[in-house]
Amino acid sequence: MRNCWMLALMVAASLPAYSADVGLVKVSHGSVAIERGSERIAARVGTPVRPSDVIVTGADGAAGITFSDNSLVSVGPSSVFAIDKYTFDTTTYAGEFQGTLSRGRLAAVSGKMVQQAPESMKIRTPSAIMGVRGTEFVVQVDEPVAQRP
Amino acid sequence: MGRLAAALVAAALAAGCASQPVTPALFAVLPAPDGHIGTIAVEHDGDRHVIHAKYGAEQLQADGTLHAETLTEADVQARFGATLAALPAAPASFLLYFLPDSDELTSASKGELEHVFAEIQRRPLPDIVVIGHTDTVGARRYNDRLSLARAERMREMLVERGIPAERIQARGRGERELLVPTADEVHEPRNRRVEINVR
Repeated sequence: MRNCWMLALMVAASLPAYSADVGLVKVSHGSVAIERGSERIAARVGTPVRPSDVIVTGADGAAGITFSDNSLVSVGPSSVFAIDKYTFDTTTYAGEFQGTLSRGRLAAVSGKMVQQAPESMKIRTPSAIMGVRGTEFVVQVDEPVAQRP
Repeated sequence: MGRLAAALVAAALAAGCASQPVTPALFAVLPAPDGHIGTIAVEHDGDRHVIHAKYGAEQLQADGTLHAETLTEADVQARFGATLAALPAAPASFLLYFLPDSDELTSASKGELEHVFAEIQRRPLPDIVVIGHTDTVGARRYNDRLSLARAERMREMLVERGIPAERIQARGRGERELLVPTADEVHEPRNRRVEINVR
């Protein structure tokens, strides 16, 4: 069963990219999964990334993704990063990248859309929002403090 | 908004903002490999702080305040070492030049092709975009075709060397994006080029 899955993934990875694909997993260490709707896909090198995907890493996991505007994002161990929105026009370089880091760590290098329009890339955490004017940055979400009434 | 969602929002408002739990987070700017220092803006509850400093950071604290600080390279490595190690290699870009009115590379650029090929081979599952350009000699429509022919010729050369064809996109931009601005009908070797982006 597991082998069958792997074969299916390998076949999927060798097909031409769908237009819905906005990024590609380039680095995958340890346990890394993509949650896409009700599916949970093992994110290996070559797995395409689409808007609405959620990248989930285990304690030993880390993943690196390249996006079509040349943005680079890596998601560290024990992290959950959702791609809420991603659009990019390869002719005008106009686009929008919105992601949410709900736990864990993220590093990123902004790409052409931010060069074109500062803060077109936004990263949310549960309690804050960051606009990116360029270029390299890191974000860490700490464990929430227990709420007191 | 659905009735349930409206009710939830109303309940949250009734509970008051002060009791909303704050999830602390840290945001920091890193220096780029070329030394460039970037800028980010962090916002919480209407409070907006701009960071523009090497290892400059804002910590959102559990009490809801933003606290500016400066990290050290060691702090960043300790917190983000495994994360930074997973960042993909920065995209590489090459320019190769062509003989006039031809999809034949100049002899200097034929040599440069080796570097392009080496860069592609170093990357796991490379994504390659080849964009062809022309100088302003000839009609625009002719140059659209010539620029695409240059990009497609480059694609063929990479495929001949074993790069899978589906990993390479070829596009032509005609004379729309001159590297060296010139008047119409001007021979300019630096405008007769392909741009190869390797990701």
